[in-house]
Amino acid sequence: MQHSDYSEKVMDHFNHPRNMGEIQNPDGASQVGNPTCGDMMQIHIKVEDGIIREAKFKTFGCVAAIATSSISTEMIIGKTLEEAEKLTNDAVAQALDGLPPHKRHCSVLAAEAIQAAIQNYREHALGGAK
Amino acid sequence: MNRIVYLDHAASTRPYPEVIEALQPFFLEHFGNPSSFHVFGTVPKKAIEQARAEMADLINAKPEEILFTASGTEANNLAVKGVAMAMEKKGKHIITSAIEHYGVHHSCKMMEKSDFEITYLPVDEYGMVDPDEVGRAIRKDTILVSVMLANHEVGTIQPIRKIAEITREKKITLHADARMAVGHIPVDVEALGVDLLTISGLHFYGPKGSGALFIRKGTRIQPLIHGGVQEQGRRAGTEDVPAIVGLGKAAVMAKERIPGEMKRIAALRDKLEKGLVGQIDELKVNGHPEKRLPGFLNVCVRYVEGEGMIMMLVSKGIMAASGSACSSKALKASHVLTAMGVDHATAQGSLLFSLGRETTEEDIDYVIAEMPPIIKRLRMMSPIYPGNRS
Repeated sequence: MQHSDYSEKVMDHFNHPRNMGEIQNPDGASQVGNPTCGDMMQIHIKVEDGIIREAKFKTFGCVAAIATSSISTEMIIGKTLEEAEKLTNDAVAQALDGLPPHKRHCSVLAAEAIQAAIQNYREHALGGAK
Repeated sequence: MNRIVYLDHAASTRPYPEVIEALQPFFLEHFGNPSSFHVFGTVPKKAIEQARAEMADLINAKPEEILFTASGTEANNLAVKGVAMAMEKKGKHIITSAIEHYGVHHSCKMMEKSDFEITYLPVDEYGMVDPDEVGRAIRKDTILVSVMLANHEVGTIQPIRKIAEITREKKITLHADARMAVGHIPVDVEALGVDLLTISGLHFYGPKGSGALFIRKGTRIQPLIHGGVQEQGRRAGTEDVPAIVGLGKAAVMAKERIPGEMKRIAALRDKLEKGLVGQIDELKVNGHPEKRLPGFLNVCVRYVEGEGMIMMLVSKGIMAASGSACSSKALKASHVLTAMGVDHATAQGSLLFSLGRETTEEDIDYVIAEMPPIIKRLRMMSPIYPGNRS
């Protein structure tokens, strides 16, 4: 009875989201989008020695928004900040076996959320006592 | 086998088996052209006229006041553009509501390109048009007022009779889109006082491709489709006989059943409403508390988005609809809800359950049981749900 434009991968991440939740005292955090427009994503990361050890998301949004945030966290865990920063919306969409054209903006938002979390970490690290 | 609960009757209804039986012979057996003078034309011709009488009877019209169309949308287009074109010498001002279905709304937008001026009347928090607003909006050059009888998303029933008192006094044509109402509640064109009324077959257990426009005798209207003289020269093209016969049969079936079904379905809807409100916090019920179609329950679940809810409901075999931006390909939140003053973020969490003739009490109990865990799950994922703050 599943009828949708979504790939099985999208539905899998929607039905079984990975890394959903929050990190207590995250090293980097972001919130992008706006519930008024339909989607809002929150990303928390834990960074050690320049490597993302943990990533968690929370998302208000459609199936695609939840799936893209879920897979994005999977794609950056274990990566260096430099690698993670290069995550593109196309890579996110590809990892999900594609997105319907009118849902592409969700992958854009997911990539933005990751970059914003890293940016936040950097500002934090620079502004810190180090 | 999973349970399937179909609560999307606002999108389409399963035709009565009797409707399909009635229309079937008009594909293979009585395939003739109703305009033919020979014997192959006679049976379809008679069948069309019988269906016309049946359709007229359901809404207390005269048979010659029923014009068959291919859909409610076509009837809405004909009503707006047909009157506009026929009356443009008198004036170029149309009044409509902010919550019309796209068939009326976009037809009005289209006429704006031909220098018509359109007034879009606001609605209150229940989705209700104030008849006094209609009176105030009327100008010397107003030629048409088009306000729906019942809204397609929230089910609010408009005060058409009161609006008709005003338009009649000013001799302005009044159109009501009744596609959601006909076949579900009593609709009487005399009591309502409308000049034009839109009917859609697929919304009341008739076939797709069937619709009609009631046109009160004496109403000036231009055809949209030109060609032969079918439908009194007001809609050219060989008639879709099976669809028309099916529509007539659906009208007969509806007339018998409306009184009983109205009560039964409203009671189930009320049970669903109570059940959901009782278990899910921050749930907003949309539409008028009393003046509402019996099968309609539209709610906004705060802090979650509609498409996710729809998909999780689908996985439980429950079929519903949403007015969220993400669930529409246009990526716009419901214009009905926003016109009612619902903020955009809340409108994203809209869900429409529309009940129908096959809906049972077990279906409703099942939805009441399945909904709360779905909402809980989605709210846990939501960064804006205050309940998540620890």
